[in-house]
Amino acid sequence: MLKTFTKGGVHPAENKITQDKAIEKAGLPKKVIIPIAQHIGAPSSPVVKKKDQVKAGDVIARSQGFVSSNIHASVSGTVAKVDHVVDASGFKQPCVVINTEDDQWADGIDTSDALVKDIDASAEEIRQKVLEAGIVGMGGATFPSHVKLSIPEGKHVDTLVINGVECEPYLTSDHRVMLERAEEMLVGIRLLMKALGVEKALIGIENNKPDAIAHLNEWLGDDPQIEVYGLKVKYPQGGEKQLINALLDREVPSGGLPLDVGVVVHNVGTALAVYEAVQKNKPLVERVVTVTGPSLTHPTNLLVRVGTPVGELIEAAGGLPEDTGKVVSGGPMMGKALKTLDAPVVKGTSGILVLPQKWAHREKELHCVRCAQCVDACPMGLEPYLLKQLAERERFEDLEKNSVLDCIECGSCSFTCPARLPLVEYIRYGKTNVNQIIRNRKQQ
Amino acid sequence: MTTTVLYTILSLSGLGAVAAMILYAAAQKFKVYEDPRIDQVEEALPGANCGGCGYPGCRQFAEALVKADDISDYYCPVGGNDTMKEVAQILGREVAEQEPKVAVVRCNGSFQNRKRTSIYEGPSSCAIEASLFGGETDCQYGCLGKGDCVEVCDFEAIFMNEETGLPYVIDDNCTACGACVDACPNNIIELRKRYKKDRKIYVSCVNEDKPAAAKKACQVACIGCNKCVKVCPFDAITLENNLAYIIPDKCKLCRKCVDVCPTNAIAEIGFPPRRNKRRNAKKESADQEQSKNQS
Repeated sequence: MLKTFTKGGVHPAENKITQDKAIEKAGLPKKVIIPIAQHIGAPSSPVVKKKDQVKAGDVIARSQGFVSSNIHASVSGTVAKVDHVVDASGFKQPCVVINTEDDQWADGIDTSDALVKDIDASAEEIRQKVLEAGIVGMGGATFPSHVKLSIPEGKHVDTLVINGVECEPYLTSDHRVMLERAEEMLVGIRLLMKALGVEKALIGIENNKPDAIAHLNEWLGDDPQIEVYGLKVKYPQGGEKQLINALLDREVPSGGLPLDVGVVVHNVGTALAVYEAVQKNKPLVERVVTVTGPSLTHPTNLLVRVGTPVGELIEAAGGLPEDTGKVVSGGPMMGKALKTLDAPVVKGTSGILVLPQKWAHREKELHCVRCAQCVDACPMGLEPYLLKQLAERERFEDLEKNSVLDCIECGSCSFTCPARLPLVEYIRYGKTNVNQIIRNRKQQ
Repeated sequence: MTTTVLYTILSLSGLGAVAAMILYAAAQKFKVYEDPRIDQVEEALPGANCGGCGYPGCRQFAEALVKADDISDYYCPVGGNDTMKEVAQILGREVAEQEPKVAVVRCNGSFQNRKRTSIYEGPSSCAIEASLFGGETDCQYGCLGKGDCVEVCDFEAIFMNEETGLPYVIDDNCTACGACVDACPNNIIELRKRYKKDRKIYVSCVNEDKPAAAKKACQVACIGCNKCVKVCPFDAITLENNLAYIIPDKCKLCRKCVDVCPTNAIAEIGFPPRRNKRRNAKKESADQEQSKNQS
């Protein structure tokens, strides 16, 4: 019997079209648009101005505060402007736009493919490098990684969990990283273990990637410290709380962090980025992005520079199909429809999904019949139908009492709703307002 | 048989009399004194319970008025000055007269003027749409057109125009309670001074983008060109973040700014047709557009 998490969950069609497509290196974009807030926490403050010359790997925005992250130039060229541009969120955000000139890297960055296996850095040095390199959680949540590596006083961590689940349908970027960059990723995991001072790491991989499980086991041999677990396929297993529940049978308390149960979770992509940052001195300026969709002629996994406009990725995947109805940044469950194809790839973009017209539109809403399928599907044990009604009536205090902030916005409730109600949209609206109320309360 | 009926009637009446005495005693003992003026003041208020005064309803507002020593800061926007005078008389206090106001929608981004560049199919609510993304057009400041303002209006004073996709205010019904102002997530609606004959001059745009981006998103966007600021003889126009704003207290409705605006972003409503034809044909067509929005 394979392990999985206990509460709720759904199983959407997997559609991993690109799982056998090797990672291709995308061509250099003509220009990159780099938002200065690509992470959770305080936005960074830009340190370049118009007409400045930058090289790939140069810092263009410094982190502000502890929960924040550095942003680096991903190409070398001239800064065209520092201005507000519409990004993947659909809002105008401050961005640094760089016109690419040539392919030069900043000094001290090792861009060779040679594997550096020996770990010289101390735990503190690793943390410092991770902070300098601007590494954030690459599964999509974009939480600054150095924060997760700094264990506060009084907390104890015994296990590092590596998230190779990739439960979103269509996406295969983590899968390809585990197959093609396994060795480097494993060094990254050892670095993370050293920084955290833990003896044990578990890699959770869903069972629809047997090749990745076998491949990692082969590299690991009989390493007693790192174990690979195949998990039953169930969405949203890639949520860190669900993954901890599946692997270790521990439950993160409501409003708590994995730290509270002695666990830190990092994504496989993050582990690779940590390897590159510590061993190669290379900041986070590239990531693997799955470009996929049922009608794309050449769906693929691309290694792209952060800030590349989404349109260029779609060109590389055979161009925008004629029947396109929607382009989504991320997967079909949690992704966000893009407003413009000029929106840039950011550190947290794991996939670009091009959906045909027939799938792009919402079906007609019906009435809630209280069938409670959403309650069964919710992996956090919430009551989505109730939260939706409370949000609709703007009863935010009641929403707070009903633990709306525990919602991970995985979309299982909307997916399962037979009345096709936009539950997540309402809940997200409620969460925004509840957060605002809590902020106001703290200020008073 | 008759005795049974008689006993029943007697015992029940006795029970009733005892209960009445207990209730009377309790009512006397725990009596709460309430100022009779509260009822009087409540009677004088319009009774719309709209919340425009900042209190949940008219009763609570009446209580607050009676309790307050100085009621010059209190104002019922629905009843206006007349109601406040009546209240002042009841309470024997002074009130300051306030200018009547009216809600104006500071966006002219109709379907014709502002291209829809994406389709939103989520819940039909401006607040939710605004929390998810910047709206269906390239202007993330303007009207989202889902009618949150219409929903909250207690006075049937604001409606969506199907043709333009914008709300318009019926000045006669508007009481300036401010419910629509609070409901609008983009802060487009503003309460402005009500001029004679409901004439209005205001910048019908809230776009703070740089000129090129603003103009690209919407034909009638304010591009912050500063022309109106220079031409205004009363220093009534300020320019901040690429957006002009006409200060209602200073504006004398001379309409010079309307003539110089290159994008027709300044709305001119309720004026008779002009005698001197200074304006070109393009301007006139824009005026028609404007009046279409308002009708």
